[in-house]
Amino acid sequence: MNFFNQSKIFSFINKYHNLILVFFLAVLSLGLIEALIISPEDYLQGHSVRIMYVHVPSAWISLGIFSSMAFLSILVFIFKNKNLVIITKSLAPSGFIFTLIALVTGSIWGKPTWGTWWAWDARITTMLILCLFYLMYLLAWRIFENKDSVVKITSLITIIGAFNIPIIKFSVDWWSTLHQPSSIKILSDSKIHESMLVPLIIMTAAFALFSLLIFLMKYNTELIKIKNKGLDRL
Amino acid sequence: MYGKKVKLRLTFLIVLILSLGLTIYLVLVSLKENVVYFLSPTEIKALSELKKDKIRIGGMVKKNSINVNNDKIIFVITDFKNEINVTYSGLVPNLFQENKGVVAEGFLRDKNYFKAVKILAKHDENYMPPELSNKKGDK
Repeated sequence: MNFFNQSKIFSFINKYHNLILVFFLAVLSLGLIEALIISPEDYLQGHSVRIMYVHVPSAWISLGIFSSMAFLSILVFIFKNKNLVIITKSLAPSGFIFTLIALVTGSIWGKPTWGTWWAWDARITTMLILCLFYLMYLLAWRIFENKDSVVKITSLITIIGAFNIPIIKFSVDWWSTLHQPSSIKILSDSKIHESMLVPLIIMTAAFALFSLLIFLMKYNTELIKIKNKGLDRL
Repeated sequence: MYGKKVKLRLTFLIVLILSLGLTIYLVLVSLKENVVYFLSPTEIKALSELKKDKIRIGGMVKKNSINVNNDKIIFVITDFKNEINVTYSGLVPNLFQENKGVVAEGFLRDKNYFKAVKILAKHDENYMPPELSNKKGDK
């Protein structure tokens, strides 16, 4: 597989790392200016609405990364492709961090809006379960030392955890929850005003770039680790 | 094309996904009533017996129903089909307003009367600048 040639990936990462970093910082600055200065306050929440510009993109990205990990894990489990193992492993840290950010910012928003830091409703609880699955995945890599079993166990963790993803997404529609239903729907008009949608999208792009950056750095580290062990493959 | 092991692993995964999916589905369906965070006034009316435990009721705060008497607040939660009277004493969140969502936690005295010990405001999915909401109010 030429595409997965490691020395090529190596030089690719070194070449474009700074470019992505600069691009990320530019998009983040634009997003923050939009989110904190240009966008209006909400008619009901006031300035607390600005927490959403961090909360919602973090939640989206945490779900997106876990879905990708589950998809890759299915391929890993069936075809035993070592490079896909490293890619999946390198995706996990940023997914975990964004899940934590979504939970914490949600809590900070909940106190002034709902009147409580935490509620055991379906959306929040399933999001906590996602966080625990990320944690399990990361811990499994540290606990199991046998190469073959760690790949199997971590793949199964993401595949089992993937069942939680649609439950998170639809929890607000299936059950009555304290958490509001999604404001952005594919098939109908958004319930969120344009002036608030723009910063939301820019911030999502910024966070996605950040995940990409962390992913590339982690991937690089994993490759160096393998090289140092004197192995040509995992 | 693929080895026997690959086919075996694929079969294992399909069986795992099917059985796990079915299990989770059955658990969620049977737990339906416990997964909900709150009951609506209509669901309260439909209860066969009064629950003694602490429960939550959610809905809209009925227009012109909030009455503040010293530190006691009386209001009506409605889902536009049925209503329930709520009393509460204590602090309410800033977003607790008439015609807005609310979740009250407390004890059911009878099917028309609820004694709340905690009030949470429920925010809906609408986000807009204040100028726009004023315009909507005028219409």
